[in-house]
Amino acid sequence: MSEKFQSRLDTVLGIILFFGMGLALYMAFIGAPRETTMGDLQRIFYFHVPAAIAGMTAFAVNFVSSILYVVRRNRWWDNLALSAAEIGVMFLIMVLVTGPIWAKPAWFVWWTWSPRLTLSLVLCLLYVAYMLIRNYIEDPEKKALISAVFGVIAFADAPLVWFSIRWWRDIHPSPMLETGGLSPSMRPAFFICMAVFLVLLVFLLRRRFYLESMRGEAELLERRADLAR
Amino acid sequence: MTKIWAVFRKDLLIELRTKDTLNSMLFFGVVVLVIFNFALESLRESIRPAVPGILWVAFAFSGTLGLNRMFASEKENGCLQGLLMVPIDRGVIYFGKMLAATVFMLFAEIIMFVVGLVFFNLTVWREIPYLFLVFLMGTLGFTAVGTLLSAIAVNTKLREVLLPLILFPVILPILVNAVEATNVILNTNDYSALKLPLAVMSVFTIVFGTISYLLFENVLED
Repeated sequence: MSEKFQSRLDTVLGIILFFGMGLALYMAFIGAPRETTMGDLQRIFYFHVPAAIAGMTAFAVNFVSSILYVVRRNRWWDNLALSAAEIGVMFLIMVLVTGPIWAKPAWFVWWTWSPRLTLSLVLCLLYVAYMLIRNYIEDPEKKALISAVFGVIAFADAPLVWFSIRWWRDIHPSPMLETGGLSPSMRPAFFICMAVFLVLLVFLLRRRFYLESMRGEAELLERRADLAR
Repeated sequence: MTKIWAVFRKDLLIELRTKDTLNSMLFFGVVVLVIFNFALESLRESIRPAVPGILWVAFAFSGTLGLNRMFASEKENGCLQGLLMVPIDRGVIYFGKMLAATVFMLFAEIIMFVVGLVFFNLTVWREIPYLFLVFLMGTLGFTAVGTLLSAIAVNTKLREVLLPLILFPVILPILVNAVEATNVILNTNDYSALKLPLAVMSVFTIVFGTISYLLFENVLED
């Protein structure tokens, strides 16, 4: 696809996001009905859950592109893996900030070591470690390869963390969509927020990816200029 | 197999002649135990439930020290180049190194455990075979992923400083299950509860052993 098309696509996604975010805010705070037991507190759920799903999706993208980088050794996959890791951490931080805000009034504690909370925190730490590794390796090829190896390890660790702590009591509400517990009147607000967050994920991934490939190009040009000198 | 043994024997011989790694591991582990003794002074009379956690923190800290030396010493002495020139599968180097790290850690763990028994006034006899099994499983999981991450850490500018930062989040499942299993042995009588943590630790070791074996050549410097 041509560069022009790509930049047009970003413009379109940006416009969708601008209006989508407005709609999502309206639906979450005004459009959706008040929850009977928790009251307005429940409205944080419209941002907490989509952010969690977007973050996990980003980590899955990082995992797949890390494997593909090890196999193909194509810079494209490394750029995608890095973008996904950074954006995943951002979404997970959103989850970890909104979670305690909700938990303090609902559970009377800011934090508890339930499986879901522990896993989110550990994932966040793992991908911060991923970025640390990248920060401290200079050679771009070595950086890409080593961080890809760590990307595979980090994602493989997630199910093990989950199974290690599964016997701890989980007071986190179970996913309502699976159990069908989400009231039909709340569904439009939730699905709009979810869709907007997924568009946000794609938009951010594209922008971050673009930035990283430009950096790669700049590095290449610099090296060429050095050689020509 | 003989190749793995050769790498292992090389590390063991170096260690037996210099004793750098083991000395620092042991000393640091004992210092951690002493510090915990003062940090938890308020519950000194009833410290028994906290002992599994204290032990594994000491094991993990001193183990990190040991893992750091596995590749740092090779690099300082320029031996990694030599090791890489040997016409063997890089996975073999991984297993040799992992075996050496496991043996060092286990040795240090046993001594720290004995010191811990004295410090925390515990008496165990019947429990010793079970404890050894748990130490072995926990250590295998620790070194399975630790050896790979140690090779990653020496490749970075931060070197030794980076290893604990990237190792501890990954190693969490091992720590949780090892503490749980040690707790079952020291503080309960129901040994059937050991199965689950031991199973998770075995799965961890197998998963990360395989991943590391497959990917190890990618993190070694050419």
